[in-house]
Amino acid sequence: MRSGIGTRILGTAAVASLALLAVMALVITPQDVNQLDAVRFLYIHVPLATLMYVAFGVTAIASALYLWPRYRARKWDLLAGSSAEIGVVVTGLVLVTGSIWGRTTWGVYWTWDARLTTTAVLFVLFLGYLALRRVGGDVDARAKRNAIAALAATIDLPIVHKSVEWWRTLHQKSSILDEETFLHPHIHGSMYWTVMLGIGAFLLLFSWLLVNRYRLAKLEDRVEDEGLERAIAERRAEADAMTGAP
Amino acid sequence: MLRDAAVMAGKDLRIELRSRVATNQVAPFAVLVLILFAFALDPDRGVLARAAAGLFWVAVLFCALLAIQRAFAVEASDGARDNLRLSGLDPAAIFLGKAGAIAGELALLEVILGAGVVILYDRSLHGPVLLVVTCVLATIGLAASGTVYGALAAGLRVRETLLPLLLLPVVAPVLLAATRASEAALGGTTGDGWPWVRLLGVFAVIYVAFGVVAFAPLLEESS
Repeated sequence: MRSGIGTRILGTAAVASLALLAVMALVITPQDVNQLDAVRFLYIHVPLATLMYVAFGVTAIASALYLWPRYRARKWDLLAGSSAEIGVVVTGLVLVTGSIWGRTTWGVYWTWDARLTTTAVLFVLFLGYLALRRVGGDVDARAKRNAIAALAATIDLPIVHKSVEWWRTLHQKSSILDEETFLHPHIHGSMYWTVMLGIGAFLLLFSWLLVNRYRLAKLEDRVEDEGLERAIAERRAEADAMTGAP
Repeated sequence: MLRDAAVMAGKDLRIELRSRVATNQVAPFAVLVLILFAFALDPDRGVLARAAAGLFWVAVLFCALLAIQRAFAVEASDGARDNLRLSGLDPAAIFLGKAGAIAGELALLEVILGAGVVILYDRSLHGPVLLVVTCVLATIGLAASGTVYGALAAGLRVRETLLPLLLLPVVAPVLLAATRASEAALGGTTGDGWPWVRLLGVFAVIYVAFGVVAFAPLLEESS
């Protein structure tokens, strides 16, 4: 299974848009009045945070589809796992970029603010999910277990978010997904478009990674199946040789 | 269904009563945790009394882990799980029964831990209504989510290490909300506690509903 032409175009587009993002973020956009150059971190931090929700969203939807008897198929489990794996890496990067940005802007690496805490819990929740995926067993049983675990973790998120939001809030309000600011952006024009470009570029990157990770998951699956069949065939041949059967 | 659940819960509680694992091991462990907290935090400077609500709920969480492991360990031997599946009991009822038994054990542990906090940490109890409602809702939430994850991890080779990793982040809001509500009750500002109680209620409702729906496929899978 070589990657198809579509995947390669996707990959090229992702690299090209990331290069453009780098130029926009590092050269063209101005410094921020308060944050100075630290603002440039947001051009990757905000897209990564968006990606995190997309990735876990895909995991949740694929898991729900797997549990839905009408749509039950092995592919949904593989897709959920592939997306969650990327999601965990992205969440790690969100925490790292956020911490570095926080150190320069707020003066601390970590504060127990609502969104940071939610993200940290999210990270651990899906680390657990990935650990569960690694546990062996019958293929269907495993897939069902994974799907239930993914959904149980997902329905927890709004509650985690609400609880830590009440607990304490320091993080600045969401500045892009707010309807009013979406229509009337108050952040500087080129900065706004750079963040949007960043989201687009990272979505392309995510799609490309997901396609490839999913393909790899399918290959792993096939190796497992074929390895088992081959082992059975070999044992059978051994037995035949020993008993002298034809 | 409720009668099936009662049968199931009765069975689990009877096992606990006869084996005395809960009374001889889990309850002493709970007290031990309280004593260890006193070693870790200086009892003389009032840190212990101030943190009492949080320490109480952390201790409850640790005990809940033990109770959940235990509830599924009793099903692991002698093909008990298969018998359960063949018993004709509704899976939703099995879930409710198991969760009910765990909740009962936890409630007992909370009484012991509460007494421990009063005696060892020198913290007097206020706001009894808020405290009791908080404990009831938090216990239901812990038992329901714990039963889901307990069943998920049961039968796996790595269940002892996997269960805490899966369950503790999920119940993080319970720890947070229960601690805040208890603090409000103890501090005499009960008004601050009620929003947290609502959150605990939502958590409990969601995971009880999830368990009722998800337990059938969970039970049939791991063999």
